[in-house]
Amino acid sequence: MALAALAGGKARGMTGAALHPDQILDLLPQKEPFRFVDEIVEVSKRGIVAHYTFPPDLDFYRGHFPGNPVTPGVILLECIAQVGVVALGIYLVALEGGLDAVDSRLSLFADADVDFSGVVRPGDRVTVTATKKFFRRGKLRSEAEMHLDDGTLVCSATISGIAVPR
Amino acid sequence: MARDETFGKVMEIIGRYAKNKDAIDGATEDTNILEDLKVNSARLVDVILDFEDEFDIEVDDEDADAVNTVGDAVTLIEAKLA
Repeated sequence: MALAALAGGKARGMTGAALHPDQILDLLPQKEPFRFVDEIVEVSKRGIVAHYTFPPDLDFYRGHFPGNPVTPGVILLECIAQVGVVALGIYLVALEGGLDAVDSRLSLFADADVDFSGVVRPGDRVTVTATKKFFRRGKLRSEAEMHLDDGTLVCSATISGIAVPR
Repeated sequence: MARDETFGKVMEIIGRYAKNKDAIDGATEDTNILEDLKVNSARLVDVILDFEDEFDIEVDDEDADAVNTVGDAVTLIEAKLA
């Protein structure tokens, strides 16, 4: 990704780098087949909005459930975590300490309070909207919602992660 | 605020996150928050934020790093309120 590489070179070593969404996607440590973010629509120090489309051929649909595929709630929560905690966290850490600070840390799941109110089927696109509640001492807590394209709220969560040395 | 009153409020806050519920009733100022009460280290941030809200104080990272026991927290809060 040439654009990200260019901007990354510029930002590396500097403090206070505001990352481009494509750079954040490159830096997101979760990769295929455990990446549940396609596109970051917007990001700021206040929050983040991102999309993901669940490919119908994901392996877990064979078992969850046979003949009636439903995206597991834990996967929806993982999707929210990758957007609202990990991706937003990378942006916030880079804003404070540049890319070196991002490289030296790994974001781990800390706690969550979650409600599910809808079903996500294979092929559905979801939008995750997350707002920062606090970012202190390496811990980020966000309030997040996941909606389908028709506006249905499928999941709302208060979710936290903590950045630890790699 | 009397020190024992601060202690009571501190224990009420820490109790929300303590996994060792049995140790809460017998806690003293010497009780270690992480080791004795089994508060998850990631929850210490929540504890500090709750202190800030409850007592209307600001606790910076260096202050927070010095808190190991319940008594450390009481002393820190009393100093901020003084």
